[in-house]
Amino acid sequence: MTSFFVNGKRVEVDVDPSTPLLWVLRDSLGMTGTKFGCGMALCGACTVHLEGKAIRSCVAPVSRVDGKHVTTIEGLSENLTHPLQKAWIEMDVPQCGYCQSGQIMSAAVLLAATLKPTDTEIDEAMGGNICRCGTYPRIRKAIHRAAELAGERRPK
Amino acid sequence: MTANGRLEHPKPTQGRGKPAPLLLASGLIVAVLIALGASVWAGTGAKPDAKPDAEASRAAFLQVYRVLTSPRCQNCHPAGDAPLQGDDSHVHIQNVKRGPDGHGLYGMRCDTCHQAANLPGVHMPPGNPKWSLPPAKMKMVFVGRPAGELCRQIKDPKQNGGRSLEALMDHIANDDLVGWGWNPGDGRTLPPLTRAETVAQLKIWIDGGAACPK
Amino acid sequence: MSAPFISGTTAIFEKAKTGGRSNAAERSDPVERKNAVIVGRRAFLQTGAALGGGLLVSMYVPLAAKAGNALAAAEKNEFAVNAFVHIGSDDIVTVIAAHSEMGQGIYTSLPMLLNEELEANWAKVRVEAAPVDAVYNHPVYGMQMTGGSTTSPSEWVRYRKMGALARTMLVQAAAQRWNVAASECTVEKGVVFHDASHRRASYGSLAEAASKLTAPADVPLKGAKDFTLIGKPTLRLDTPSKVNGTAEFGLDVHLPGMLTAVVARPPVFGGKVVKVDASETLKISGVKAVEQVPSGVAVIAEGFWPAKLGRDKLNVEWDLGANANLSSEQMFREFAETAMKPGLVARKVGDAAAALGSAAKTLTAEYDVPYLAHCMMEPLNCVVDLRADSCEIWTGTQFQTGDCAAAAKTAGLPFNKVQIHTTLLGGGFGRRANPASDFVVEAVEVAKVAKAPVKVVWTREDDLKGGWYRPMWHDRFVAGIDAGGNPVAWTHTIVGQSIFEGTGFASFGIKDGIDAASVEGAADILYGIPNLQVDLHTPKIGVPVQWWRSVGHSHTGFSVEAFLDEVAFAGGKDPYELRRTLLAGQPRMLATLELAAQKANWGSKLPAGVGRGIATHFSFDSYVAQVVEASVGKDGAVRVHRVVCALDCGLVINPDTVVAQMEGGIIFGLTAALKSEITLKDGRVEQSNFYDYPMLRIYESPVIEVHIVRSAASPTGVGEPGVPPVAPALANAIFAATGKRVRRLPIRASDLVGDAGAKS
Repeated sequence: MTSFFVNGKRVEVDVDPSTPLLWVLRDSLGMTGTKFGCGMALCGACTVHLEGKAIRSCVAPVSRVDGKHVTTIEGLSENLTHPLQKAWIEMDVPQCGYCQSGQIMSAAVLLAATLKPTDTEIDEAMGGNICRCGTYPRIRKAIHRAAELAGERRPK
Repeated sequence: MTANGRLEHPKPTQGRGKPAPLLLASGLIVAVLIALGASVWAGTGAKPDAKPDAEASRAAFLQVYRVLTSPRCQNCHPAGDAPLQGDDSHVHIQNVKRGPDGHGLYGMRCDTCHQAANLPGVHMPPGNPKWSLPPAKMKMVFVGRPAGELCRQIKDPKQNGGRSLEALMDHIANDDLVGWGWNPGDGRTLPPLTRAETVAQLKIWIDGGAACPK
Repeated sequence: MSAPFISGTTAIFEKAKTGGRSNAAERSDPVERKNAVIVGRRAFLQTGAALGGGLLVSMYVPLAAKAGNALAAAEKNEFAVNAFVHIGSDDIVTVIAAHSEMGQGIYTSLPMLLNEELEANWAKVRVEAAPVDAVYNHPVYGMQMTGGSTTSPSEWVRYRKMGALARTMLVQAAAQRWNVAASECTVEKGVVFHDASHRRASYGSLAEAASKLTAPADVPLKGAKDFTLIGKPTLRLDTPSKVNGTAEFGLDVHLPGMLTAVVARPPVFGGKVVKVDASETLKISGVKAVEQVPSGVAVIAEGFWPAKLGRDKLNVEWDLGANANLSSEQMFREFAETAMKPGLVARKVGDAAAALGSAAKTLTAEYDVPYLAHCMMEPLNCVVDLRADSCEIWTGTQFQTGDCAAAAKTAGLPFNKVQIHTTLLGGGFGRRANPASDFVVEAVEVAKVAKAPVKVVWTREDDLKGGWYRPMWHDRFVAGIDAGGNPVAWTHTIVGQSIFEGTGFASFGIKDGIDAASVEGAADILYGIPNLQVDLHTPKIGVPVQWWRSVGHSHTGFSVEAFLDEVAFAGGKDPYELRRTLLAGQPRMLATLELAAQKANWGSKLPAGVGRGIATHFSFDSYVAQVVEASVGKDGAVRVHRVVCALDCGLVINPDTVVAQMEGGIIFGLTAALKSEITLKDGRVEQSNFYDYPMLRIYESPVIEVHIVRSAASPTGVGEPGVPPVAPALANAIFAATGKRVRRLPIRASDLVGDAGAKS
């Protein structure tokens, strides 16, 4: 039995401890916002946060998160109020949308570390996330916009 | 993260090695040793009782050098700030960067993808609890370093993480992440020497005065 | 929460979800799936059962027309009963999308078209996927499908007409209630007004009454000058659900009691199972069964992971069949030899042979492009609930009618006992419009042996190795140039597999042995070259091929435009000026080209080492020109700095979507130009996953600027036309930077290092 927290809620799953977290989230817990793209940590579609740091859930055995806190796209905000979600909507970023959970989860880690990311920093933070639809120009714009929105929210 | 009480890979140790005498090898010998490749190492350590001389020391280093510059070792000791991948030592895809602590940047840290152990399957991310590059303040570059230069670098505590020769030996003999090089997971080639062979050559090198090729 | 439509849209996607997916607690509840019974299509259409009460407007819409000009067909005013919009008593307007949303934005542009005429409150507009029914057939292609960059062009009239009919009926209902003339009523944002009596009624309050009226035979549509929604940048309705994890793709569908299967398919196309040893597989906890299906061996388990582990442990002996010796290298050699012989003539203008003979100078060049996989981010998948007398399918498909028919045949059921719930598509690019419905048929086969609802999941490796590729092509050109440096003769020999052959569309796509998809973008070039001949060889190879975003244009765009650049150089002409000269009779393309060149500052100085290249391409009735700025490192690594794109796609419905499709098309095209190839060796596909079939990433993506030509012409394609010009514009930029010609894709660093590579 592995026990951990997803978006603040404690869950227990009875699976082989080597099962990737991705399939525990999707198949055992029914949380399908986290996506399967490659199964080899090459595309970033499965990105979630483990104790605030990004991990690729498709290669992380669920044993790794035992007792720890996992945040998925579903837990990013209660009601589309995260600056990244607002910026993504404002910039009309997604096309098919399949990779965007992972894109946003990676961007969230960047913004947590950097108030005003530069283009270079965005390239360094987002290089692990593939978008086949080619929304990169808008992802870049939306990250800059989210940084602005977060700045507005932050007390001066 | 010291999984088994051994030396933490990127963290400098306290000891300071005594400066090793700089011995000059003739270019010809170096070239011959390099050309002879794998067959040479067995011969260079063939005098078990006698203390190795500088020539044997240099020859032994060239064997160690082959290991250090094998993909399994040098891929995490790159010249730039990006790790390398594969037997062709290509730049790690995904724009992965060293970061100040050698563990990457933002949501692109080593353990974003690399687990505590290798994952089964060809091309699956290899793993180790300490998976990382050397830190930015001491990059310990192997790639592109000629043998003599790398030799001098790895015995210089200012460039090797503050290690004495003994500590260096211990590091190569016992460090968990270094050991990964000989247990690299499915589909990856091994260094040209086994770990035991590498340690034996390292010992000859040190016992012979840690002589460096030119 | 920044705008009301956000929560509303989320709600509609919540509602569209299939039963029982949300959380672990719900999952463990043994209650049967509530909507296990198929909502009959007719019931859906007639009563709006799927949507509750209110007005589901059954109205008159254009009949499916024969292939031809979409607009002309739609404007014939042939009508059939249909159902495209539902208005609830809560004022929520649900637009039923006859086409699939795969990223191209039609879940926003179709509602925009409809609401331009309906004039409901946009904040109350939602969208839902249509069930499968002939009434949702493509107005031009006569089947329910999404492809060919045709959704907006083909629905341009129909969806507006729906909105106009619904508005007319709602106004009529209000007028009857108030006992006034309909002509005295006005509408604004979902409310009908009678100013004289100061009365007003919302659409929701009128829906029930309106649903009892007979729809008028026809209604006039607004002129473009009166548009209030069309042409305005409009945020996509599906974005909120795509940034909080609630958007439901096929892979996200879960049914109670559902099993998951992965299929071991032959390592060589056409291979067959000889013997299966599943003993190790069956030891894995969670594996329920291993069953042979026509496409291979299915491992059926309680989730993806045990199914995948189980497949890893399978021991299958294969009969590799006739394709075990296929080799891309060999095929390219054979294609090049074939290209030396004349093929079937696809286009002939003047006398190219004679003109070549008398030309001052001739130039020959050959180009190669590889097989390419679509590689959608969401790997293929399909959920099937097969019962004795019904077959219910959940999948992201571009090909509802074909899939439904194929599933019916596979299940041994009549067509009307099969229903497909179209989910969002995690990318399509043509792959999910499979002429054999491969991923649907296989899933029905698995369902037959699984004896439970089953989801078949393809891994990335399955997807890349699974065939149905963009064909590999070889193009050979000979041009004749006159003393003034102008091309006077142009021959183009194409070698490559037919996409249409063997499909149900062969008679539509192949005429006199010429597959239209093989020669599009070559036989119909817009350049005024007086003597032109295009001929085609169609080798038969056992690799399944398919339409891939921009289809034949994906190779002709490259080869034609790269060769034209060589012709310009050979004739001592500026590549932009030569194109201008040759486009003198093509005002729309000329204007597009000039806009791109002007915005890119064609001719201005660039930093050292940076080259500028230009290309145009006409496809899907749209005109696109692109200028690329690129440089090449000492190691041969190509850096694309900037792409300026101009297009004329007629009247623009949602400018934001058009820009997005150009951006996406350019990155898709650059990926093909710089990164990807599918190769075969000993009959086996050599690529497996993103490490050897790489995609362009954000740090490799250029700055992209898109400029839209103002036009009042009917809307034309947008999803695909951005792709073809970027590879040649890049190749031409590399030539400008290095003097090296790129004649094969993907561009290889080794072709650009030192003295390597082809020079002009």
